[in-house]
Amino acid sequence: MKSRDYFFKTIIYVVLLMSSFVMLIPFIWMILTAFKSITETTNIDPFVIWPSTWRLEAFKRVLENMNFVMLYLNTLLMIAGRILAAVLTATLAGYAFGRLHFKGRDIAFSLVLFQMMIPGQIFVIPQYIMVSNMGMLNTIFALIFPGLVTAFGTFLMRQSFMGLPKELEEAAYLDGCNIGQTFLFVMAPLTKSAMVALSIFTAVFAYKDLMWPMIVNLDKDKSTLASALAKMQGQYMSNFPELMAAALIACIPMVILYMIFQKNFIEGIATSGGKL
Amino acid sequence: MMLRINNNKQRNAQFLWGWLFILPTMIGLIILNIIPIFRTIFQSFFKTGDFGKGNIFIGLQNYSKLFEDTEVWQSLWNTIKYVIVEVPVSIMIALIIAVLLNQKIKGKSIFRTIFFLPMIAAPAAIAMVWRWLYNSQFGLLNNVFNLDVAWISDPSIAIYSIAVIGIWSVVGYNIVLFLAGLQEIPRDYYEAARIDGASGINQFFHITIPLLSPSIFFVSVTRMIAAFQVFDLIYMVMTDTNPAIEKTQSLVYLFYQYSFTYGNKGYGATIAVLLLVVIMMITGIQIYAQKKWVHYS
Repeated sequence: MKSRDYFFKTIIYVVLLMSSFVMLIPFIWMILTAFKSITETTNIDPFVIWPSTWRLEAFKRVLENMNFVMLYLNTLLMIAGRILAAVLTATLAGYAFGRLHFKGRDIAFSLVLFQMMIPGQIFVIPQYIMVSNMGMLNTIFALIFPGLVTAFGTFLMRQSFMGLPKELEEAAYLDGCNIGQTFLFVMAPLTKSAMVALSIFTAVFAYKDLMWPMIVNLDKDKSTLASALAKMQGQYMSNFPELMAAALIACIPMVILYMIFQKNFIEGIATSGGKL
Repeated sequence: MMLRINNNKQRNAQFLWGWLFILPTMIGLIILNIIPIFRTIFQSFFKTGDFGKGNIFIGLQNYSKLFEDTEVWQSLWNTIKYVIVEVPVSIMIALIIAVLLNQKIKGKSIFRTIFFLPMIAAPAAIAMVWRWLYNSQFGLLNNVFNLDVAWISDPSIAIYSIAVIGIWSVVGYNIVLFLAGLQEIPRDYYEAARIDGASGINQFFHITIPLLSPSIFFVSVTRMIAAFQVFDLIYMVMTDTNPAIEKTQSLVYLFYQYSFTYGNKGYGATIAVLLLVVIMMITGIQIYAQKKWVHYS
Protein backbone atom coordinates (compact mmCIF):
# COMPACT_ATOMS: atom_id res chain seq x y z
CA MET A 1 0.00 0.00 0.00
CA LYS A 2 2.76 2.43 0.98
CA SER A 3 4.76 1.83 -2.19
CA ARG A 4 1.66 2.21 -4.30
CA ASP A 5 1.01 5.64 -2.75
CA TYR A 6 4.60 6.55 -3.40
CA PHE A 7 4.21 5.52 -7.02
CA PHE A 8 1.11 7.70 -7.49
CA LYS A 9 2.77 10.67 -5.82
CA THR A 10 5.65 10.37 -8.25
CA ILE A 11 3.31 10.32 -11.22
CA ILE A 12 1.51 13.42 -9.92
CA TYR A 13 4.78 15.31 -9.56
CA VAL A 14 5.96 14.26 -13.02
CA VAL A 15 2.71 15.40 -14.65
CA LEU A 16 2.70 18.70 -12.78
CA LEU A 17 6.35 19.42 -13.48
CA MET A 18 6.04 18.61 -17.15
CA SER A 19 2.89 20.64 -17.66
CA SER A 20 4.26 23.65 -15.82
CA PHE A 21 7.36 23.44 -17.99
CA VAL A 22 5.15 23.54 -21.09
CA MET A 23 3.31 26.53 -19.61
CA LEU A 24 6.62 28.32 -19.11
CA ILE A 25 8.12 27.66 -22.55
CA PRO A 26 6.71 30.83 -24.16
CA PHE A 27 8.08 32.96 -21.32
CA ILE A 28 11.45 31.22 -21.39
CA TRP A 29 11.63 31.66 -25.13
CA MET A 30 10.72 35.33 -24.77
CA ILE A 31 13.62 35.84 -22.37
CA LEU A 32 16.15 33.82 -24.36
CA THR A 33 15.27 35.58 -27.61
CA ALA A 34 15.49 39.04 -26.08
CA PHE A 35 19.15 38.45 -25.21
CA LYS A 36 20.14 37.10 -28.63
CA SER A 37 21.45 38.85 -31.73
CA ILE A 38 19.31 38.96 -34.85
CA THR A 39 21.60 36.49 -36.64
CA GLU A 40 21.25 34.05 -33.77
CA THR A 41 17.47 34.17 -34.04
CA THR A 42 17.47 33.55 -37.79
CA ASN A 43 20.01 30.75 -37.77
CA ILE A 44 18.48 27.31 -38.23
CA ASP A 45 21.55 25.24 -38.96
CA PRO A 46 22.39 24.82 -36.15
CA PHE A 47 19.29 26.08 -34.35
CA VAL A 48 20.34 28.32 -31.46
CA ILE A 49 18.60 27.83 -28.13
CA TRP A 50 20.94 29.61 -25.71
CA PRO A 51 22.35 33.02 -26.64
CA SER A 52 26.13 32.76 -27.06
CA THR A 53 26.53 35.89 -24.96
CA TRP A 54 23.76 37.65 -23.06
CA ARG A 55 23.39 40.84 -25.09
CA LEU A 56 21.52 43.86 -23.84
CA GLU A 57 21.37 45.56 -27.25
CA ALA A 58 17.75 44.71 -27.96
CA PHE A 59 16.68 46.20 -24.63
CA LYS A 60 18.75 49.35 -25.23
CA ARG A 61 17.31 49.83 -28.70
CA VAL A 62 13.74 49.27 -27.60
CA LEU A 63 14.12 51.66 -24.68
CA GLU A 64 15.53 54.28 -27.05
CA ASN A 65 12.85 53.87 -29.70
CA MET A 66 9.79 53.47 -27.52
CA ASN A 67 9.00 55.89 -24.78
CA PHE A 68 8.30 53.29 -22.13
CA VAL A 69 8.19 55.83 -19.32
CA MET A 70 5.28 57.55 -21.02
CA LEU A 71 3.56 54.27 -21.86
CA TYR A 72 3.86 53.11 -18.26
CA LEU A 73 2.58 56.45 -17.07
CA ASN A 74 -0.43 56.43 -19.41
CA THR A 75 -1.27 52.86 -18.43
CA LEU A 76 -0.82 53.68 -14.76
CA LEU A 77 -3.05 56.76 -14.95
CA MET A 78 -5.70 54.78 -16.78
CA ILE A 79 -5.56 52.04 -14.13
CA ALA A 80 -5.52 54.50 -11.22
CA GLY A 81 -8.47 56.46 -12.60
CA ARG A 82 -10.51 53.34 -13.20
CA ILE A 83 -9.74 51.87 -9.76
CA LEU A 84 -10.66 55.11 -8.01
CA ALA A 85 -13.95 55.45 -9.88
CA ALA A 86 -14.84 51.76 -9.65
CA VAL A 87 -14.13 51.33 -5.93
CA LEU A 88 -15.92 54.55 -5.03
CA THR A 89 -19.11 53.98 -7.04
CA ALA A 90 -19.28 50.23 -6.51
CA THR A 91 -18.77 50.39 -2.74
CA LEU A 92 -21.56 52.94 -2.34
CA ALA A 93 -23.95 51.08 -4.62
CA GLY A 94 -22.94 47.67 -3.24
CA TYR A 95 -23.84 48.78 0.28
CA ALA A 96 -27.25 50.11 -0.76
CA PHE A 97 -28.05 46.98 -2.78
CA GLY A 98 -26.79 44.61 -0.15
CA ARG A 99 -27.93 46.17 3.15
CA LEU A 100 -30.70 48.70 2.61
CA HIS A 101 -34.36 48.14 1.79
CA PHE A 102 -35.96 50.79 -0.37
CA LYS A 103 -38.42 51.21 -3.20
CA GLY A 104 -36.95 50.63 -6.65
CA ARG A 105 -33.95 48.71 -5.36
CA ASP A 106 -34.72 45.45 -7.11
CA ILE A 107 -35.48 47.06 -10.45
CA ALA A 108 -32.27 49.07 -10.24
CA PHE A 109 -30.30 45.97 -9.35
CA SER A 110 -31.76 44.00 -12.25
CA LEU A 111 -30.32 46.71 -14.50
CA VAL A 112 -26.89 45.94 -13.01
CA LEU A 113 -27.32 42.22 -13.69
CA PHE A 114 -28.59 42.96 -17.19
CA GLN A 115 -25.46 44.96 -18.03
CA MET A 116 -23.29 42.02 -16.98
CA MET A 117 -24.94 39.75 -19.54
CA ILE A 118 -24.39 42.04 -22.54
CA PRO A 119 -21.22 41.59 -24.60
CA GLY A 120 -19.08 44.73 -24.32
CA GLN A 121 -18.85 45.35 -28.06
CA ILE A 122 -22.44 46.60 -28.00
CA PHE A 123 -21.29 49.64 -26.00
CA VAL A 124 -18.16 50.47 -27.96
CA ILE A 125 -19.47 52.53 -30.90
CA PRO A 126 -21.75 54.81 -28.83
CA GLN A 127 -19.06 55.23 -26.16
CA TYR A 128 -16.57 56.19 -28.85
CA ILE A 129 -19.03 58.72 -30.31
CA MET A 130 -19.59 60.22 -26.84
CA VAL A 131 -15.87 60.65 -26.20
CA SER A 132 -15.40 62.05 -29.67
CA ASN A 133 -18.28 64.54 -29.25
CA MET A 134 -16.80 65.70 -25.97
CA GLY A 135 -13.60 66.42 -27.85
CA MET A 136 -11.76 64.09 -25.50
CA LEU A 137 -10.10 61.68 -27.94
CA ASN A 138 -6.40 61.16 -27.17
CA THR A 139 -6.69 61.95 -23.48
CA ILE A 140 -6.29 59.94 -20.29
CA PHE A 141 -9.96 60.64 -19.62
CA ALA A 142 -10.87 58.72 -22.79
CA LEU A 143 -8.97 55.69 -21.48
CA ILE A 144 -10.81 55.83 -18.14
CA PHE A 145 -14.26 56.66 -19.51
CA PRO A 146 -15.84 53.17 -19.99
CA GLY A 147 -14.62 52.16 -16.52
CA LEU A 148 -16.25 55.03 -14.60
CA VAL A 149 -18.87 52.66 -13.23
CA THR A 150 -18.80 48.88 -13.02
CA ALA A 151 -21.70 46.48 -12.89
CA PHE A 152 -19.40 43.59 -12.04
CA GLY A 153 -17.80 45.59 -9.22
CA THR A 154 -21.20 46.58 -7.85
CA PHE A 155 -22.16 42.92 -7.80
CA LEU A 156 -18.90 41.96 -6.10
CA MET A 157 -19.25 44.63 -3.40
CA ARG A 158 -22.90 43.75 -2.81
CA GLN A 159 -21.90 40.13 -2.16
CA SER A 160 -19.27 41.29 0.28
CA PHE A 161 -21.66 43.55 2.22
CA MET A 162 -24.29 40.83 2.35
CA GLY A 163 -21.84 38.56 4.14
CA LEU A 164 -21.46 40.92 7.11
CA PRO A 165 -23.38 40.22 10.34
CA LYS A 166 -26.51 42.25 11.03
CA GLU A 167 -25.60 43.00 14.64
CA LEU A 168 -22.86 45.43 13.62
CA GLU A 169 -25.33 47.64 11.82
CA GLU A 170 -27.85 47.53 14.67
CA ALA A 171 -25.21 48.42 17.22
CA ALA A 172 -24.17 51.39 15.13
CA TYR A 173 -27.80 52.61 14.87
CA LEU A 174 -28.23 52.27 18.63
CA ASP A 175 -25.13 54.38 19.11
CA GLY A 176 -26.88 57.05 17.11
CA CYS A 177 -25.14 56.67 13.77
CA ASN A 178 -27.19 57.51 10.69
CA ILE A 179 -26.97 55.33 7.61
CA GLY A 180 -24.16 57.36 6.07
CA GLN A 181 -22.04 57.14 9.22
CA THR A 182 -22.78 53.45 9.64
CA PHE A 183 -21.60 52.85 6.11
CA LEU A 184 -18.51 54.97 6.34
CA PHE A 185 -17.21 54.06 9.80
CA VAL A 186 -18.57 50.56 10.45
CA MET A 187 -19.43 48.64 7.33
CA ALA A 188 -17.18 49.89 4.52
CA PRO A 189 -13.91 49.24 6.40
CA LEU A 190 -14.94 45.60 6.77
CA THR A 191 -15.07 45.07 3.00
CA LYS A 192 -11.46 46.05 2.44
CA SER A 193 -10.50 42.68 0.97
CA ALA A 194 -13.31 42.89 -1.58
CA MET A 195 -12.13 46.38 -2.49
CA VAL A 196 -8.62 45.03 -3.01
CA ALA A 197 -9.99 42.24 -5.20
CA LEU A 198 -12.00 44.74 -7.23
CA SER A 199 -8.94 46.95 -7.64
CA ILE A 200 -6.92 44.00 -8.88
CA PHE A 201 -9.57 42.97 -11.40
CA THR A 202 -9.90 46.54 -12.61
CA ALA A 203 -6.13 46.87 -12.97
CA VAL A 204 -5.64 43.62 -14.87
CA PHE A 205 -8.63 44.27 -17.09
CA ALA A 206 -7.46 47.80 -17.95
CA TYR A 207 -3.89 46.65 -18.51
CA LYS A 208 -5.00 43.92 -20.89
CA ASP A 209 -7.58 46.00 -22.75
CA LEU A 210 -6.48 46.38 -26.34
CA MET A 211 -9.42 47.47 -28.47
CA TRP A 212 -10.56 50.54 -26.54
CA PRO A 213 -7.12 52.26 -26.28
CA MET A 214 -6.54 51.52 -29.97
CA ILE A 215 -9.83 53.20 -30.88
CA VAL A 216 -9.78 56.34 -28.75
CA ASN A 217 -6.08 57.12 -28.46
CA LEU A 218 -4.42 56.98 -31.85
CA ASP A 219 -1.80 59.48 -30.67
CA LYS A 220 1.50 57.84 -29.93
CA ASP A 221 1.88 59.99 -26.81
CA LYS A 222 -1.38 58.77 -25.34
CA SER A 223 -1.03 55.04 -26.09
CA THR A 224 -1.08 52.40 -23.40
CA LEU A 225 1.45 49.58 -23.14
CA ALA A 226 -0.95 47.16 -24.83
CA SER A 227 -1.81 49.36 -27.78
CA ALA A 228 1.77 50.56 -28.31
CA LEU A 229 2.96 46.96 -28.38
CA ALA A 230 0.36 46.15 -31.01
CA LYS A 231 1.59 49.00 -33.17
CA MET A 232 5.21 48.06 -32.67
CA GLN A 233 4.68 44.58 -34.01
CA GLY A 234 3.79 45.99 -37.41
CA GLN A 235 6.95 48.08 -37.58
CA TYR A 236 9.55 45.60 -36.39
CA MET A 237 8.16 42.60 -38.25
CA SER A 238 11.23 40.38 -38.06
CA ASN A 239 13.50 41.94 -35.46
CA PHE A 240 12.73 39.18 -32.99
CA PRO A 241 15.09 40.18 -30.17
CA GLU A 242 13.62 43.68 -30.06
CA LEU A 243 10.04 42.42 -30.23
CA MET A 244 10.66 40.03 -27.35
CA ALA A 245 12.54 42.64 -25.33
CA ALA A 246 9.59 45.03 -25.67
CA ALA A 247 7.11 42.28 -24.75
CA LEU A 248 9.20 41.45 -21.69
CA ILE A 249 9.44 45.07 -20.54
CA ALA A 250 5.67 45.41 -20.92
CA CYS A 251 4.94 42.25 -18.91
CA ILE A 252 7.30 42.69 -15.98
CA PRO A 253 5.41 45.28 -13.87
CA MET A 254 2.22 43.22 -13.85
CA VAL A 255 4.14 40.06 -12.98
CA ILE A 256 5.72 41.84 -10.01
CA LEU A 257 2.33 43.15 -8.87
CA TYR A 258 0.93 39.65 -9.19
CA MET A 259 3.73 38.21 -7.05
CA ILE A 260 2.97 40.78 -4.34
CA PHE A 261 -0.82 40.49 -4.36
CA GLN A 262 -1.01 36.83 -5.29
CA LYS A 263 -3.20 35.86 -2.37
CA ASN A 264 -5.76 38.58 -3.10
CA PHE A 265 -5.75 37.70 -6.80
CA ILE A 266 -6.53 34.07 -6.18
CA GLU A 267 -9.05 34.67 -3.41
CA GLY A 268 -10.78 37.36 -5.42
CA ILE A 269 -11.28 35.07 -8.38
CA ALA A 270 -12.26 32.11 -6.27
CA THR A 271 -14.92 33.99 -4.31
CA SER A 272 -16.40 36.13 -7.05
CA GLY A 273 -15.91 34.10 -10.17
CA GLY A 274 -13.74 36.94 -11.38
CA LYS A 275 -13.96 38.56 -14.74
CA LEU A 276 -10.70 38.77 -16.59
CA MET B 1 -47.33 54.87 17.90
CA MET B 2 -43.79 55.87 18.67
CA LEU B 3 -42.57 52.75 16.93
CA ARG B 4 -44.47 53.47 13.75
CA ILE B 5 -43.05 56.96 13.48
CA ASN B 6 -39.63 55.46 13.91
CA ASN B 7 -40.37 52.86 11.29
CA ASN B 8 -41.58 55.46 8.84
CA LYS B 9 -38.62 57.64 9.57
CA GLN B 10 -36.34 54.68 9.14
CA ARG B 11 -37.98 53.74 5.86
CA ASN B 12 -37.64 57.26 4.50
CA ALA B 13 -34.01 57.38 5.57
CA GLN B 14 -33.28 54.08 3.84
CA PHE B 15 -35.00 55.32 0.70
CA LEU B 16 -33.02 58.56 0.61
CA TRP B 17 -29.64 57.07 1.49
CA GLY B 18 -30.24 54.08 -0.77
CA TRP B 19 -30.89 56.17 -3.83
CA LEU B 20 -28.10 58.57 -2.95
CA PHE B 21 -25.67 55.64 -2.82
CA ILE B 22 -26.76 53.95 -6.03
CA LEU B 23 -27.21 57.18 -7.98
CA PRO B 24 -23.65 57.49 -9.35
CA THR B 25 -23.67 53.87 -10.50
CA MET B 26 -27.14 54.08 -12.00
CA ILE B 27 -26.47 57.32 -13.88
CA GLY B 28 -23.20 55.86 -15.15
CA LEU B 29 -24.78 52.59 -16.20
CA ILE B 30 -27.59 54.34 -18.03
CA ILE B 31 -25.28 56.71 -19.89
CA LEU B 32 -22.43 54.29 -20.55
CA ASN B 33 -24.32 51.04 -21.11
CA ILE B 34 -28.09 51.13 -21.29
CA ILE B 35 -28.50 54.00 -23.75
CA PRO B 36 -25.62 52.65 -25.90
CA ILE B 37 -27.48 49.33 -26.32
CA PHE B 38 -30.35 51.19 -27.97
CA ARG B 39 -28.01 53.46 -29.90
CA THR B 40 -26.15 50.47 -31.32
CA ILE B 41 -29.40 48.84 -32.39
CA PHE B 42 -30.54 52.21 -33.81
CA GLN B 43 -27.21 52.62 -35.60
CA SER B 44 -27.67 49.27 -37.32
CA PHE B 45 -30.50 50.82 -39.39
CA PHE B 46 -28.13 53.45 -40.76
CA LYS B 47 -25.33 53.65 -43.23
CA THR B 48 -22.33 55.88 -42.66
CA GLY B 49 -22.08 58.36 -45.57
CA ASP B 50 -19.02 58.85 -47.75
CA PHE B 51 -15.88 60.08 -45.98
CA GLY B 52 -17.37 58.83 -42.71
CA LYS B 53 -19.74 61.79 -42.56
CA GLY B 54 -23.45 61.67 -41.79
CA ASN B 55 -25.88 58.89 -41.12
CA ILE B 56 -28.23 57.74 -43.84
CA PHE B 57 -31.30 55.76 -42.80
CA ILE B 58 -31.47 52.53 -44.79
CA GLY B 59 -33.98 50.51 -42.77
CA LEU B 60 -33.22 46.82 -42.71
CA GLN B 61 -30.69 46.89 -45.53
CA ASN B 62 -27.76 46.19 -43.22
CA TYR B 63 -29.55 43.09 -42.02
CA SER B 64 -30.42 41.82 -45.48
CA LYS B 65 -26.79 42.43 -46.44
CA LEU B 66 -25.68 40.59 -43.30
CA PHE B 67 -27.74 37.52 -44.14
CA GLU B 68 -26.10 37.22 -47.54
CA ASP B 69 -22.62 38.20 -46.41
CA THR B 70 -20.52 35.04 -46.59
CA GLU B 71 -17.65 36.87 -44.87
CA VAL B 72 -19.81 37.36 -41.76
CA TRP B 73 -21.04 33.76 -41.67
CA GLN B 74 -17.51 32.51 -42.23
CA SER B 75 -16.32 34.63 -39.33
CA LEU B 76 -19.14 33.28 -37.15
CA TRP B 77 -18.06 29.77 -38.11
CA ASN B 78 -14.42 30.63 -37.30
CA THR B 79 -15.52 31.95 -33.91
CA ILE B 80 -17.53 28.78 -33.22
CA LYS B 81 -14.54 26.61 -34.15
CA TYR B 82 -12.39 28.61 -31.77
CA VAL B 83 -14.94 28.28 -28.97
CA ILE B 84 -15.47 24.55 -29.52
CA VAL B 85 -11.76 23.89 -29.14
CA GLU B 86 -10.76 26.45 -26.52
CA VAL B 87 -13.55 26.02 -23.96
CA PRO B 88 -13.80 22.22 -23.54
CA VAL B 89 -10.07 21.55 -23.84
CA SER B 90 -9.11 24.26 -21.37
CA ILE B 91 -11.76 22.96 -18.96
CA MET B 92 -10.57 19.35 -19.24
CA ILE B 93 -6.90 20.21 -18.74
CA ALA B 94 -7.78 22.51 -15.85
CA LEU B 95 -9.89 19.81 -14.19
CA ILE B 96 -7.06 17.29 -14.25
CA ILE B 97 -4.46 19.76 -13.02
CA ALA B 98 -6.80 21.06 -10.30
CA VAL B 99 -7.48 17.54 -9.02
CA LEU B 100 -3.74 16.83 -8.93
CA LEU B 101 -3.04 20.11 -7.15
CA ASN B 102 -5.75 19.27 -4.63
CA GLN B 103 -3.74 16.25 -3.40
CA LYS B 104 -1.31 16.52 -0.52
CA ILE B 105 1.70 17.75 -2.47
CA LYS B 106 4.52 20.22 -1.97
CA GLY B 107 4.95 23.43 -3.96
CA LYS B 108 1.24 23.86 -4.60
CA SER B 109 1.38 27.64 -4.75
CA ILE B 110 4.40 27.64 -7.08
CA PHE B 111 2.56 25.42 -9.56
CA ARG B 112 -0.53 27.58 -9.27
CA THR B 113 1.51 30.71 -9.91
CA ILE B 114 3.05 29.22 -13.03
CA PHE B 115 -0.28 28.14 -14.48
CA PHE B 116 -1.80 31.54 -13.76
CA LEU B 117 1.05 33.58 -15.25
CA PRO B 118 -0.36 33.90 -18.81
CA MET B 119 -3.52 35.41 -17.36
CA ILE B 120 -1.70 38.56 -16.28
CA ALA B 121 0.50 39.00 -19.35
CA ALA B 122 -0.51 41.62 -21.90
CA PRO B 123 -2.34 39.90 -24.77
CA ALA B 124 -0.15 41.78 -27.22
CA ALA B 125 2.96 40.28 -25.62
CA ILE B 126 1.43 36.81 -25.60
CA ALA B 127 0.52 37.04 -29.26
CA MET B 128 3.99 38.27 -30.17
CA VAL B 129 5.81 35.42 -28.47
CA TRP B 130 3.45 32.78 -29.87
CA ARG B 131 3.81 34.17 -33.38
CA TRP B 132 7.50 33.78 -32.88
CA LEU B 133 7.13 30.20 -31.59
CA TYR B 134 4.91 29.39 -34.56
CA ASN B 135 7.19 31.07 -37.11
CA SER B 136 7.47 28.52 -39.92
CA GLN B 137 11.09 29.30 -40.80
CA PHE B 138 12.86 30.18 -37.55
CA GLY B 139 10.29 29.20 -34.95
CA LEU B 140 11.01 26.98 -31.97
CA LEU B 141 8.21 24.53 -32.74
CA ASN B 142 9.21 23.61 -36.28
CA ASN B 143 12.91 23.55 -35.53
CA VAL B 144 12.83 21.48 -32.36
CA PHE B 145 10.39 18.91 -33.72
CA ASN B 146 11.79 19.11 -37.22
CA LEU B 147 8.46 20.01 -38.77
CA ASP B 148 7.47 22.12 -41.71
CA VAL B 149 4.05 23.40 -40.68
CA ALA B 150 2.65 26.82 -41.50
CA TRP B 151 0.92 27.06 -38.12
CA ILE B 152 -0.70 30.43 -38.59
CA SER B 153 -0.75 30.91 -42.36
CA ASP B 154 -2.25 27.58 -43.41
CA PRO B 155 -6.01 28.39 -43.60
CA SER B 156 -7.02 24.88 -42.58
CA ILE B 157 -5.19 24.87 -39.22
CA ALA B 158 -4.57 28.51 -38.31
CA ILE B 159 -7.71 28.89 -36.18
CA TYR B 160 -6.73 25.84 -34.12
CA SER B 161 -3.22 27.19 -33.60
CA ILE B 162 -4.83 30.35 -32.24
CA ALA B 163 -7.15 28.25 -30.04
CA VAL B 164 -4.05 26.61 -28.54
CA ILE B 165 -2.85 30.06 -27.47
CA GLY B 166 -6.29 30.66 -25.99
CA ILE B 167 -6.14 27.41 -24.02
CA TRP B 168 -2.68 28.21 -22.72
CA SER B 169 -3.90 31.66 -21.65
CA VAL B 170 -7.02 30.69 -19.68
CA VAL B 171 -6.18 27.31 -18.20
CA GLY B 172 -4.78 28.86 -15.00
CA TYR B 173 -7.91 30.88 -14.44
CA ASN B 174 -10.06 27.74 -14.70
CA ILE B 175 -7.72 25.89 -12.33
CA VAL B 176 -8.18 28.56 -9.65
CA LEU B 177 -11.96 28.32 -9.90
CA PHE B 178 -11.94 24.51 -9.84
CA LEU B 179 -9.59 24.43 -6.85
CA ALA B 180 -12.04 26.62 -4.96
CA GLY B 181 -14.85 24.24 -5.91
CA LEU B 182 -12.85 21.16 -4.92
CA GLN B 183 -12.24 22.56 -1.46
CA GLU B 184 -16.00 22.43 -0.85
CA ILE B 185 -16.24 18.68 -1.42
CA PRO B 186 -16.19 16.92 1.98
CA ARG B 187 -13.20 14.61 2.45
CA ASP B 188 -15.50 11.94 3.97
CA TYR B 189 -16.94 11.16 0.55
CA TYR B 190 -13.56 10.05 -0.71
CA GLU B 191 -12.81 8.11 2.44
CA ALA B 192 -16.10 6.21 2.19
CA ALA B 193 -15.40 5.46 -1.47
CA ARG B 194 -11.92 4.20 -0.63
CA ILE B 195 -13.31 1.85 2.00
CA ASP B 196 -15.75 0.55 -0.60
CA GLY B 197 -12.75 -0.11 -2.82
CA ALA B 198 -13.37 2.54 -5.49
CA SER B 199 -10.30 3.37 -7.56
CA GLY B 200 -8.98 6.91 -8.09
CA ILE B 201 -10.50 7.03 -11.57
CA ASN B 202 -13.84 5.88 -10.19
CA GLN B 203 -13.74 8.52 -7.49
CA PHE B 204 -12.99 11.16 -10.11
CA PHE B 205 -16.02 10.28 -12.22
CA HIS B 206 -18.48 9.45 -9.45
CA ILE B 207 -17.61 11.98 -6.76
CA THR B 208 -15.44 14.79 -8.13
CA ILE B 209 -17.25 15.47 -11.42
CA PRO B 210 -20.84 15.43 -10.07
CA LEU B 211 -20.00 17.48 -6.98
CA LEU B 212 -17.93 19.92 -8.99
CA SER B 213 -20.58 20.30 -11.68
CA PRO B 214 -21.82 23.72 -10.45
CA SER B 215 -18.26 25.06 -10.82
CA ILE B 216 -17.87 23.38 -14.20
CA PHE B 217 -21.14 24.90 -15.32
CA PHE B 218 -20.16 28.37 -14.14
CA VAL B 219 -16.78 28.17 -15.84
CA SER B 220 -18.19 26.87 -19.10
CA VAL B 221 -20.82 29.62 -19.31
CA THR B 222 -18.44 32.47 -18.51
CA ARG B 223 -15.61 31.07 -20.64
CA MET B 224 -17.91 30.52 -23.58
CA ILE B 225 -19.20 34.09 -23.46
CA ALA B 226 -15.62 35.35 -23.27
CA ALA B 227 -14.42 33.03 -26.05
CA PHE B 228 -17.16 34.22 -28.40
CA GLN B 229 -15.68 37.69 -28.03
CA VAL B 230 -12.16 36.64 -29.04
CA PHE B 231 -10.39 39.60 -30.63
CA ASP B 232 -6.93 40.40 -29.23
CA LEU B 233 -5.32 37.12 -30.22
CA ILE B 234 -6.63 37.22 -33.75
CA TYR B 235 -5.89 40.89 -34.24
CA MET B 236 -2.34 40.46 -32.95
CA VAL B 237 -1.43 37.10 -34.46
CA MET B 238 -2.96 37.54 -37.90
CA THR B 239 -1.87 40.39 -40.15
CA ASP B 240 -4.05 41.72 -42.97
CA THR B 241 -1.81 40.03 -45.51
CA ASN B 242 -1.94 36.59 -43.87
CA PRO B 243 -3.50 34.14 -46.37
CA ALA B 244 -5.43 32.51 -43.52
CA ILE B 245 -7.14 35.70 -42.35
CA GLU B 246 -10.45 34.82 -44.01
CA LYS B 247 -10.56 31.50 -42.17
CA THR B 248 -9.56 32.96 -38.81
CA GLN B 249 -11.17 36.38 -38.41
CA SER B 250 -13.72 36.34 -35.61
CA LEU B 251 -17.01 38.23 -35.35
CA VAL B 252 -15.51 40.83 -33.04
CA TYR B 253 -12.52 41.24 -35.34
CA LEU B 254 -14.92 41.95 -38.21
CA PHE B 255 -16.89 44.30 -35.96
CA TYR B 256 -13.70 46.22 -35.24
CA GLN B 257 -12.69 46.34 -38.89
CA TYR B 258 -16.04 47.63 -40.12
CA SER B 259 -16.58 50.11 -37.29
CA PHE B 260 -13.12 51.58 -36.93
CA THR B 261 -10.99 50.69 -39.94
CA TYR B 262 -13.50 50.86 -42.82
CA GLY B 263 -15.54 53.51 -40.98
CA ASN B 264 -18.90 51.81 -41.61
CA LYS B 265 -20.32 52.03 -38.09
CA GLY B 266 -23.79 51.06 -39.27
CA TYR B 267 -22.65 47.67 -40.50
CA GLY B 268 -20.32 47.31 -37.51
CA ALA B 269 -23.31 47.85 -35.24
CA THR B 270 -25.25 45.20 -37.17
CA ILE B 271 -22.46 42.70 -36.56
CA ALA B 272 -22.47 43.62 -32.85
CA VAL B 273 -26.21 42.93 -32.71
CA LEU B 274 -25.62 39.54 -34.35
CA LEU B 275 -22.99 38.78 -31.69
CA LEU B 276 -25.45 39.76 -28.96
CA VAL B 277 -28.10 37.44 -30.37
CA VAL B 278 -25.65 34.54 -30.71
CA ILE B 279 -24.34 34.92 -27.15
CA MET B 280 -27.86 35.21 -25.72
CA MET B 281 -28.90 32.05 -27.57
CA ILE B 282 -25.88 30.02 -26.47
CA THR B 283 -26.25 31.15 -22.85
CA GLY B 284 -29.95 30.33 -22.94
CA ILE B 285 -29.25 26.83 -24.23
CA GLN B 286 -26.64 26.27 -21.53
CA ILE B 287 -28.92 27.43 -18.75
CA TYR B 288 -31.62 25.13 -20.08
CA ALA B 289 -29.24 22.18 -20.42
CA GLN B 290 -27.81 22.58 -16.92
CA LYS B 291 -30.89 20.90 -15.45
CA LYS B 292 -29.76 17.72 -17.16
CA TRP B 293 -26.25 17.52 -15.77
CA VAL B 294 -25.53 20.03 -13.03
CA HIS B 295 -25.82 18.58 -9.56
CA TYR B 296 -26.80 20.99 -6.76
CA SER B 297 -26.59 19.60 -3.28
